Amino acid sequence: MKITQGTFSFLPDLTDTEIRAQVDYALAQGWAIGVEYTDDPHPRNFYWEMWGNPMFDLRDAAGAMTEVWACRKAHPQTYIRVNAFDATQGFETTRLSFMVNRPAVEPGFLLKRHEVGGRQIQYTIESYAAQAPEGQRYK
Amino acid sequence: MNETPPAPASTGAASRTGAPGAPSAAAPSVAPADSVDLQALLADSNVAEVLDELDAELIGLKPVKARIRDIAALLLVERARRQVGLAGGSPSLHMSFTGNPGTGKTTVAMRMAQILHRLGYVRKGHLVAVTRDDLVGQYIGHTAPKTKEVLKKAMGGVLFIDEAYYLYRPENERDYGQEAIEILLQVMENQRDDLVVILAGYADRMETFFRSNPGLSSRIAHHLDFPDYRPEELEGIAARMLETMQYRLSPSAVAALHEYIPLRMKLPHFANARSIRNALDRARLRQANRLFAQKGRQLDRDALMTIEGEDLRASRVFD
Repeated sequence: MKITQGTFSFLPDLTDTEIRAQVDYALAQGWAIGVEYTDDPHPRNFYWEMWGNPMFDLRDAAGAMTEVWACRKAHPQTYIRVNAFDATQGFETTRLSFMVNRPAVEPGFLLKRHEVGGRQIQYTIESYAAQAPEGQRYK
Repeated sequence: MNETPPAPASTGAASRTGAPGAPSAAAPSVAPADSVDLQALLADSNVAEVLDELDAELIGLKPVKARIRDIAALLLVERARRQVGLAGGSPSLHMSFTGNPGTGKTTVAMRMAQILHRLGYVRKGHLVAVTRDDLVGQYIGHTAPKTKEVLKKAMGGVLFIDEAYYLYRPENERDYGQEAIEILLQVMENQRDDLVVILAGYADRMETFFRSNPGLSSRIAHHLDFPDYRPEELEGIAARMLETMQYRLSPSAVAALHEYIPLRMKLPHFANARSIRNALDRARLRQANRLFAQKGRQLDRDALMTIEGEDLRASRVFD
């Protein structure tokens, strides 16, 4: 199951040239670039691991691409995303966030039906990958 | 998405041809032209403007200017070659600037960033000026991230390392400077398209530095030597500085400056244009004092602008 998230989630995976162009756009807006990765694909998992510090004061996408490549090399079988943070007063938040890497095989989610009082059912999803401990998923 | 990172050299080359700084450079996918008008290319790049500005605004420095013209010509021809479909591989443009203090190394580096940007060699054309402190960390494991951070900021532009010889301290074998040099070398070699490194410093110490780091020396194609200014060039520089500060010298001050410069040049710690700037700053101070002492007088524009001979002659140099 191909998991999508963030900006461009409706598009096919971005190529490196496209990633570079997006990062260049973000830098032109004055946003800071951060690279993050995770091996927990749950959609409510917001807090991914940071790959180094967010990069302020970059002028060219080459610097951010170096980090994307380094992160892919160190964690090839994880989800990696690029965040662009806008520090302008009133925003002070992520303005752009898109995925740049995914594991080769994505097993998807188990839908759990939990029967509660009466015959009412509560639904929950659990990722098959996350059944293994952290760091041992997507081998 | 899962493509492996392409070899940096090829990515850089691909992205550079479409660089915003290269206005009408033909895309390589277009069928190669049969012939190229070098003059039209030159006009397109606006580089002639920058070179003329360089000539007009910087006094002296003949060998440096000649070398910059050579580099500009090389890059233009390289662009022309690409248009007719000749792949030459991008030339290495890392440089070293050697010369005494105040000979204009930083100023020229700034211009160099502009020129390289107009020629489409660097994508953004900004200058990041650093010294040892910005590259070398204070404890184990501190240096690599620090150096990499600076390199990332400089990508797309020019990294200017002032007093580069401080990076290498042979007397301390555990010095972290060596680590910074190694990271630098790696990026200089592999990401040639992403940034240009300029090492600057005093000639004799740079020579020792290059001798003990042959790897660095061999990766630097252009060694530019900045000559000291002659007294008349320094006078010209003083005139240029006063113009930008909106001051002017009275005839007696011109004579005083003419005497001042050779005297100052004989003293220790003479730093060419920087010494001249300091001398002018002190003269402004004395002018302000002089004007303040003349209580009750209405000062006109002329009085506020003029530096008199006495303002310069009060200098220690004349003792």
